[in-house]
Amino acid sequence: MTTLQRTVGADVTRVEGHQKVTGTALYAYEYPVPDALYAWAVQSTVPRGRVRAVHAGAALALPGVVAVLDSRNVFRLRPAGDPELAVLQSADVAYRGQIVAAVVADSYETAGQAAAAVRVEYDVDDHDAELTDGDPRIFVPDTVNGGYPGQTETGDVEAALAAAPVVLDATYTTPPEHTSAMEPHATIAVWDEDSLTLYNGDQGPWMTAATLAELFGLPEGAVRVVADHTGGGFGSKAVPRPPTVLAALAARAVGRPVKVAATRQQMFTMVTYRTPTLQRVRLGAERDGRLTAVWHDALQQSSTLAPYCEQTATPTRVMYAARHRRTTHRLAQLDVPTPSWMRAPGEAPGMFALESAMDELAVALGMDPIELRVVNEPSVDPESGHPFSSRNLVACLREGAARFGWAGRDPAPGRRREGRWLVGTGVAASVFPAITWPATATARAEPDGTFTVRIAAADIGTGARTALTQVAADELGVEIDRVTLDIGRSAYGQAPFAGGSMGTSSWGWAVAKACRALAKRLGESAGAVPPGGLEELADTAEDVAARRDFSRHAYGAQFARVRVDAVTGQVRVDRLLGMFAAGRIINPRTAGSQLRGGMCMGLSMALHEGLEVDPRFGDFANHDLATYHIAANADVRDVQAYWLEEDDDELNPMGSKGVGELGIVGTAAAIANAVYHATGVRVRDLPITVERVRAGLPGH
Amino acid sequence: MKPFAYERATTPETAATLVADSTEAVYLAGGTNLVDLMKLGVTEPAVVVDITRLPYDAIEHRPDGGVLIGALVSGSRLAGDPGVRERFPALAEALLSGASGQLRTVATTGGNLLQRTRCVYFQDVTKPCNKRQPGTGCSAVQGLHRDLAVLGTSDACVASHPSDMAVAMAALDAVVHLRRVNGSPRALPLNDFYLLPGDTPDRETVLQPGDLITGVELPPPPEGVAMSYRKVRDRWSYAFALVSVAAVVATAADGTLRDIRLGLGGVGTRPWRAREAERLLTGRRPTEEGLREAARAEFASARPLPGNAFKIDLAVDVITSAVRDLVGGERR
Repeated sequence: MTTLQRTVGADVTRVEGHQKVTGTALYAYEYPVPDALYAWAVQSTVPRGRVRAVHAGAALALPGVVAVLDSRNVFRLRPAGDPELAVLQSADVAYRGQIVAAVVADSYETAGQAAAAVRVEYDVDDHDAELTDGDPRIFVPDTVNGGYPGQTETGDVEAALAAAPVVLDATYTTPPEHTSAMEPHATIAVWDEDSLTLYNGDQGPWMTAATLAELFGLPEGAVRVVADHTGGGFGSKAVPRPPTVLAALAARAVGRPVKVAATRQQMFTMVTYRTPTLQRVRLGAERDGRLTAVWHDALQQSSTLAPYCEQTATPTRVMYAARHRRTTHRLAQLDVPTPSWMRAPGEAPGMFALESAMDELAVALGMDPIELRVVNEPSVDPESGHPFSSRNLVACLREGAARFGWAGRDPAPGRRREGRWLVGTGVAASVFPAITWPATATARAEPDGTFTVRIAAADIGTGARTALTQVAADELGVEIDRVTLDIGRSAYGQAPFAGGSMGTSSWGWAVAKACRALAKRLGESAGAVPPGGLEELADTAEDVAARRDFSRHAYGAQFARVRVDAVTGQVRVDRLLGMFAAGRIINPRTAGSQLRGGMCMGLSMALHEGLEVDPRFGDFANHDLATYHIAANADVRDVQAYWLEEDDDELNPMGSKGVGELGIVGTAAAIANAVYHATGVRVRDLPITVERVRAGLPGH
Repeated sequence: MKPFAYERATTPETAATLVADSTEAVYLAGGTNLVDLMKLGVTEPAVVVDITRLPYDAIEHRPDGGVLIGALVSGSRLAGDPGVRERFPALAEALLSGASGQLRTVATTGGNLLQRTRCVYFQDVTKPCNKRQPGTGCSAVQGLHRDLAVLGTSDACVASHPSDMAVAMAALDAVVHLRRVNGSPRALPLNDFYLLPGDTPDRETVLQPGDLITGVELPPPPEGVAMSYRKVRDRWSYAFALVSVAAVVATAADGTLRDIRLGLGGVGTRPWRAREAERLLTGRRPTEEGLREAARAEFASARPLPGNAFKIDLAVDVITSAVRDLVGGERR
C-alpha cells in the first residue's frame, strides 16, 4: 500500500481548468436545447406609476415574433419572499428599468428588435430616487441583512464622546456599485408538464429551484436547476433575479423552451446593485489611543418594494474594544431598484469608513496606525461578549508590516516625492464573518474503485469544485483523481449558495461527513463495493446547530503603496499586500487567487467604481462598462496575498474560514489612507477621483 | 437591433453609389463604434456598406517627412509604424492611450475621426438628446456631464468628442482627404472638418452624403520639434480622456517658442486646437506663469458645468507641465 498524500492544503490546479480554457465548459446560455425561443425584457421608462396600455401590434407584426407578454397574460405567481420576483404580476411600476413587458421570438435579434417596437403607455406618478439625509421617511430597521439587529448600544456613547480628550467625527460616502459579473445573467427555461428545468447562471442552484417552485406553486423537486459553471456573480446570482423568472414565465406562456440573456445595459437595473452609503463615524479616545467611544451610523437606500438594509455598521461591532458604543443603520425606501448583495455586503463599505476613521484618529493622536489598532484589540467580542474562535488581527498587522516594510515609516503626509509623483503608504484592517450554513451531500463508491460526490454547490470561478474534491479525497483516503465532484444541480439536495464566503465551509462539512461515513462503511466491508455501488447521505443541520457560541471571523491587514501625480491628481496603486488569517487554507492556489482577486475588487472600489444616480429619470445614468469603470489590468500592479497558519477547532471539520470576500474588505481604506499619506488630502468619498484629490492639493 | 442590408463594396465608386442612393446608408469599416450604436438603437441604418476591401490601407511616408495615412489603416498598425513613432510620437502615444489592444486592431483611422460622443444620454434612446433626436432637449446639462465638454458647447449640446488620435492630429495640422460622390477628391484641414454643435448638434462634420474619407495627411513636422501626448483619465487604460493634451513645440536658439501647437481632448465638442494659447505663447519664453496665463486664456470662453468645471484647472496644469517638460527636454 502506498502512502497517500493529504490533498487538503496542497496546491491543486482546478479540476475543471482544462474544460474552461478549451471552451468546453458549458455556461447556462450554451446548453443545446432544441426548439428554444428567445425572450427579451421591455423595461419601464418611467420611475413610478402604472402601465396603462401595452401596444404590441408593431412587435407582433414582425416575422418571428411569437408573443408579447405583460401583466395581463402571464401566469399568476405566488409570493416568494422577494417582491422583485413578482415579474409582470401587476401593472404598477416601482422603478425605472422594472420589467413591464417581454417579447418572445424565434431569434435573439428579433426579440430585441421587437422589444424596441413595443410601446408602453403609463400613468406617471411623482418619484423620488435621490438618497438625502434628513428625509423624514428615513427609519431604523429592526434587523438588517444577515439577521443582525439594526441598532446596537452599549454604555453611554454621547457622554463618552463629550468626555474624550481626542475625538474624531467624520462622514464618509460610497456610491452605488454594480457587480457586473463577466457572464451576464442568463437562463434557459424548459417546461415538461408541471416540472421545470432551468439552465441558470447561478450561485445557488438549490435555493433557486426552491424559490421558483414556490413562485409557481409546485412541489419541491418539480423545479430542477442546472448550473455546472457560472461566470461570476458576486452576490447578484446568489438568489434568482427577475430574468430567471421571466424565462420561466415566458416558457410557460408559449409552451416551448425559452432563453433569456440580460444585456450588459439591462443588468444595471435588473439584477441588483450595492446601495450607496452615507456613514458618520465618531471615535472618542484617550491620549494613549485607547478607544472609549465608537459610534457608527450608516444611511442607505432600498426600493419601495422591499426594505433591504445592508449590514454596513456590523463590522464595527467586532473590531475594536471600547466601553461605550453605538451602531445604527438607517434606511430610505426610494423609487429605485432593490439593492442586494455585492462583494462583501456590509463589510466592504463599512470598513472603508471605520478604517479611514481609525487612520484619521491615528493622525490626530500622532500615533502609528498599526499601534492604534493593537492597543484596541479586544479579548472577547466587544458586543456579544463571546470568545473568539480565533482572532489573529494583531498577528496579521505585525507580520504584514514586516513583509511590507512598514517599520520606520515617516507618518508626515505629503513629504515623499519621486519625480512628479507623491508617494505614500497606508494600512487598514480586514474582517469577514466565518459563516456556515447546513448542507446535504452524498458520497458514492463505484464498483470500479472511483468515487462520486454530489452536492448542490456552485463554482462561480472560485475553485470550490477543486477544494471540495480535496476534502473528499482526504476523507476517503484516496488519490484526488479517483474522486469526481458533481456540483451545480439542485437535484443534489439542500445546500446554501456560494455567498457570504460560506460556500466551502458549509459544503465542505457535508462532503466531509458523507465521505467519512462512506469510508467507514467501506472499512466495515473490507473495501468491497456491490455492483450497484455504495452511497452515504449526510446532512449537517444538527452539526451546525450544535456549534457553541463563539465569535467567528476571519481577519486581515491590508497594506498599500500609492503614487499620486502631483500635476494631475491621478492615483496609481504601486503595491498591495494583504496578510490574512482565515483558518486552514484548503488550496493555496485558489485561495490566493480569491484573496488577490478580492484585493483587486477593493482597488476598483477605491479608485473606479460608482454608479451615477440621475434623480430626474430615476436610474443610473451610466450603465455600461465604458462608463461604469472597473479596474483594468493596467491599474493592477503588484498584488500579494499571504496568510498565517491558523488552527481553529470551532469552525467545521476542515478548520476553514471563507476567503471569498476577506480580500475586498479594508483595501479601499488602505488606499485612501495611502493617498492621504502621499498628499495630505483625505478623500472620504469613493471613488477617489482626480478632482477629489486635486481639491485638497495646494493651489486648488 | 433593426435589421439592415449588408453590402461589401469592391470599388470606391460602388461604395459611394450605394451610400448616396439611400439616406439611411452608412459606411462600415472597423465597426467598433457603429455596431455598438446599432445595437443600442442610436443609429438604425437600412444599409451598411462594408468598405474594408477598398485600397485605403497604406501608410506612405513622403520624402519631405510628411505622411499620408490611409483611412483603413488600423490604430495598432499606425501606432506601431516606425516612421510615425519616430517623426510623430505624439500620434503614436495618443493612439496607444485610446481604447484597448483588441479595439485598436480593428478600428480604423477614418472611423476614429468619426467616433460619436460617449455622452450617456446620447447612448440611451429612452432619454432626450438633441444630438440623437434634434429638438428633444439636452439631458446632460442638468445631469451627468463629468466627461463632457467645456469648450465649443451650446445650449443644445455639451457632448465631448472622444477621440485621442484626432487630438494629436489636430495639433499636427492634419489634412483630411475625401472622395466626393462624383469621384472628385477634396482635402481640408482637420481643424475645419468638425462643426461646433450650435443649434444642430446632430451635424458633426462637413461631410456630405456619400463623402468617403480616404486618408489623413500629416505635413512634415517643423525642424527641431518635440512633441508629446498626455492623457488624464479615470483608469490607466481603456478610459476616455478627462483631459488630454497633444503638445508640439519647437524652440528658437534664444529659448523662445518658435512654434507651438496644442491639441486638447476631453474638454471640447471637437478635437480642440488651442489657437488662443498658441498665439499668446508664440515667440515668447515659456515661463511657468506665461504658460499658465496662456492656457487659462484658452478657457476664457469655456462654459463649465458643475460636474466638469474641474477640467479647466486640470487642463491648465497639464498644458503647462507638458510644454515645460518638452522645452526642458523631457518627453514625459
